[in-house]
Amino acid sequence: MIATESLSKRFPRVTALDRLSVDITPGVTGLVGANGAGKSTLIKILLGLSPATEGRATVLGLDVATEGAAIRERVGYMPEHDCLPPDVSATEFVVHMARMSGLPVTAARERTADTLRHVGLYEERYRPMGGYSTGMKQRVKLAQALVHDPKLVLLDEPTNGLDPVGRDEMLGLIRRIHTDFGISVLVTSHLLGELERTCDHVVVIDGGKLLRSSSTSDFTQATASLAVEVTDSDAHPDGTAALAAALTAAGLTVQPAGRAAEFAAAGSGHVLLVDVTGDDTYDTVRDAVAGLGLGLVRMEQRRHRIAEVFQSAERDSAHAA
Amino acid sequence: MPPETASAPAQDVIHNIGYRNYSGARLGRSYARRSLFSQSLRGAYGLGRSAKSKVLPMILFGVMCLPAAIMVAVAVSAKLSKLPVEYTRYAIIMQVVIALFLAAQAPQSVSRDLRFRTVPLYFSRPIERVDYVTAKFAAMFSALFILTATPLLILYVGALLAKLDFADQTKGFAQGLVSVALLSLLFAGIGLVVAALTPRRGFGVAAVIAVLTISYGVVSTVQGIALQRDSVDAIGWMGLFSPITLVDGVQTAFLSASSAFPEGHGPSTAAGFVYLLVLLAVIAGSYGLLMRRYRKVGL
Repeated sequence: MIATESLSKRFPRVTALDRLSVDITPGVTGLVGANGAGKSTLIKILLGLSPATEGRATVLGLDVATEGAAIRERVGYMPEHDCLPPDVSATEFVVHMARMSGLPVTAARERTADTLRHVGLYEERYRPMGGYSTGMKQRVKLAQALVHDPKLVLLDEPTNGLDPVGRDEMLGLIRRIHTDFGISVLVTSHLLGELERTCDHVVVIDGGKLLRSSSTSDFTQATASLAVEVTDSDAHPDGTAALAAALTAAGLTVQPAGRAAEFAAAGSGHVLLVDVTGDDTYDTVRDAVAGLGLGLVRMEQRRHRIAEVFQSAERDSAHAA
Repeated sequence: MPPETASAPAQDVIHNIGYRNYSGARLGRSYARRSLFSQSLRGAYGLGRSAKSKVLPMILFGVMCLPAAIMVAVAVSAKLSKLPVEYTRYAIIMQVVIALFLAAQAPQSVSRDLRFRTVPLYFSRPIERVDYVTAKFAAMFSALFILTATPLLILYVGALLAKLDFADQTKGFAQGLVSVALLSLLFAGIGLVVAALTPRRGFGVAAVIAVLTISYGVVSTVQGIALQRDSVDAIGWMGLFSPITLVDGVQTAFLSASSAFPEGHGPSTAAGFVYLLVLLAVIAGSYGLLMRRYRKVGL
């Protein structure tokens, strides 16, 4: 989908991108970085709007330096900032943007109606956009990026300014863009939590440098753990301790739950965190609980947040430096 | 997605159509440029926009055409031997209307895109900066040309109905069209450059009016003073400094128009070349300035 090779962008006073080499495969890819990390600069270069100082990049196999127009015909872009004129309706606006992407008038109309429906905009699409809520505006911005059926969409901070519900809906929509529409997505955010739920792959840049690029499951699976809560029984007045002992004996690493802030806050001392080493871990836990004759209250997968991974990565690099 | 399920009972029929891919034509950059042109041209007359935004341009268009219609009616009914006004003179007489139209519509065309930051969206499409500027320039030119050429057409048709000399009228009409084409190019350039300086529409409107009226006011005042002092030369040269007198000078020198300068002291043919050069330079310059203006406005 996207490949960059020691891509650099230097402005007179700052280096926005510093020899960035990444290879982004089809699917939903998160681009994470703090403000000023170089996300927007990267998008500009990928759209062929700003020449790189050095290095090269291709999007959909097209060279950004020479085939910008062809790229922009096949790629959708949703900007971070507001970009909707308030005095026209969503329908008129999206039809116009579809034509700007090269769609003939009738096709532009049809695709506009389809796309607005897919992003969840119904009767209100005939009203001037000035009266829209932030959530509706974000949907229109997304619709104009999708209306010409691109192969890839670049979404710049699509959840900005949304409340938690709107955020969830937008993330669900982004997921559907790939699963239902078959369009690859590059989505930027400075919130890791969002991306871990949505993306197949996460690229982290900082100060224009690549910090890390790997699949989301890599991040989380390595650190997956299982939260187990059991009841006490007459035979084992402290069921949790008994289970911990049994599991440790079975060769698993067990952490008392008190360490996990989340569970401690819930006032429960009865939760154990078990590191998952493979599928047989679940069987071992089940057998141990059954063997002790305890009631199993819950057993749930607890993913470590990507953020924790990065925090430790940052700590490591800080130590190294 | 909650909104889908929430509104599903009301309109369940259309919900289960899955996503459809588009495999039809993609007409590319020149089509996109034409689309932007037609959208901007229609927008100048409020078409495809709210009813409110149609009011002013349509009124101005009516005001622009009404005198021509009256003149034609007079010429036909009174069996005049020539039209009450020259084709080349009409736009000069109606310059206030043209200025108002430009002041209202040039900011509408470019300031809105800047203000609501739609410009980056355009540049995420196949078009380039040069396409955007060309489309906007051409659209503003066409809007002004429609505004200024329609009354000439009314005059011409009326003159033929009044059975005035065909050759004479056709020549005059053609000269008038060239004159308003130059005027439209010049005004479009100036109006767009001024409007593109500010994302605020109000400022744009005020600035365009100010540029046109102040320059004309200064030029005609100085020309008046020069007339009192009998410096005919000065009258001729002063016309270089305001858009409408610039057009007037060019058409006096080349399009056999009678000058609207005080006592008809228009520039000589030699000076006319200077007028023409300046006119073309201003048009080219405003195009160049617009290109510069949009260099930084990308994403």
